[in-house]
Amino acid sequence: MSRAALLLLADGRFPAGGYAHSGGVEAAVAHNAVHDIHSLEAFCRGRLHTTGLTTAGLAAAAAAGCDPLLLDDAADARTPVPALRAVARKLGRQMMRAARATFPSAELDRLAAERPQGAHQPIVQGVAARAAGLTPRDAACAAAYEAVGGPATAAVRLLSLDPLAASWLLARLSTEADAVAANAAGAAARVETEGPDALPSASSPLLDITAEQHAAWTVRLFAS
Amino acid sequence: MSSGSRLAEPGTPPDPTVPATATATNTAAGTDASCGHPDGVHATARIRATYNGRVTTLPQLRSDGPFHLRRIRTGGRGATVGIIGAMSAPLGGDRLALDITAEDRAELEVTTAAATLALRGPTTAPATYDVRLTAGEHACLRWLPQQLISAAGSNLRQTCTVSLAATSRLLLREEQILGRADEEPGHLVSRIRVHRAGRLLLDQHTAYGDPAPGWDGPSVLDGHRAVGQLLVVDPELDADRAPVLLREGIKDGCAVLAPLAGGPALFATAVAPSSSALRELLDQALGHALGE
Repeated sequence: MSRAALLLLADGRFPAGGYAHSGGVEAAVAHNAVHDIHSLEAFCRGRLHTTGLTTAGLAAAAAAGCDPLLLDDAADARTPVPALRAVARKLGRQMMRAARATFPSAELDRLAAERPQGAHQPIVQGVAARAAGLTPRDAACAAAYEAVGGPATAAVRLLSLDPLAASWLLARLSTEADAVAANAAGAAARVETEGPDALPSASSPLLDITAEQHAAWTVRLFAS
Repeated sequence: MSSGSRLAEPGTPPDPTVPATATATNTAAGTDASCGHPDGVHATARIRATYNGRVTTLPQLRSDGPFHLRRIRTGGRGATVGIIGAMSAPLGGDRLALDITAEDRAELEVTTAAATLALRGPTTAPATYDVRLTAGEHACLRWLPQQLISAAGSNLRQTCTVSLAATSRLLLREEQILGRADEEPGHLVSRIRVHRAGRLLLDQHTAYGDPAPGWDGPSVLDGHRAVGQLLVVDPELDADRAPVLLREGIKDGCAVLAPLAGGPALFATAVAPSSSALRELLDQALGHALGE
């Protein structure tokens, strides 16, 4: 495996469209629930252990070679609001385009053909990681990091926070992100015997509710 | 404290062979030997409803432990069962289960007479509370318990596992109150999983109260202490509709009602500062779901 491939896959500059999404932090800022670096850290920690754990599990299972269509159904059942399902598929479609150009593979081609509207993004990420020769743990790590990296970067723009403080926050959360990735990869290893039910389905009520509120706004800076 | 009875502390790298999600798996399986405690109550109450061509009958109504089952006379085609708390439960170390089945064409409603209060008990070991709901073809099952209150120091793992036939109808409402008045809540881990015609429709896992990491932050509850869900599954439901938002802010509570991806189902998620505000939101969501 190549370490550089993991850095490439997890890089915010990887052209997969993630920069246009705030991971729910735009809605939280509008509600004044996130207003400084400390409330941002609490937001990111909650997101890491809910959505982050769930997406990391899906990414790890896809990287382990589990049937991506089965995982796509599992992702739908773990995403009860249409706004977040639409975002996950849109991001999946964009990541698919970038991944097929970067890490060409028959498995990516097959998934693209089966899900022309886009599979859930962490599943595409996992299949891409597999194509790049990365491990399920690597894929989980990329997903977990993205679960906090996205909102932290968006909050810097929304609140004019100090980017150095945001980096400090991400470094503080890195041990927890690693632990989440390890848990997710452990669950993914059980999918072969227990089926996709072995994967985490950690969820957060406010991320679901505010995602639909945000989708109904007429003017917004981020797509989600 | 028995081993394996707590989630990994936040921030400590866990043993990779023991994933934190094992909690979900164990409780989903319903019987994890490590959860039990010699002092704990082990009880499984069962309700089975059948349709005899005229009305719904209850060939099995088995009370056990804290669950005292009472048929409530309603006069219609359906049957209603009230669950009366016969002792304080769940306490730490208890293993409680409810098995509720509405067979083909039966119409069954099950409620609880009072809120369920999770308390600390003689041990900090978790209690388990597993509800299994099964509905057959053309059956109608309504599971409408009163609130579950997670009192300070309690530790409860709750599961709700639902299995529906393609033509069954379901109405499910769950409400969780984190702490009694102005106290810190206990640790409450819940997983709800719904299969319809063999396919997974919904899988959600929540963890509130210390040591669950991040549970009270702006991305999960943001200080709210009441959280609930409402699920309506009905093959005749027009589920292809836009989400309904109840209240725009988040401070006074809010909810969303939206169709699930995998079937004719509407699902509401609500958070609120109090149990009464939560019930109001879920009642409104139900009204929208039923097209009122």
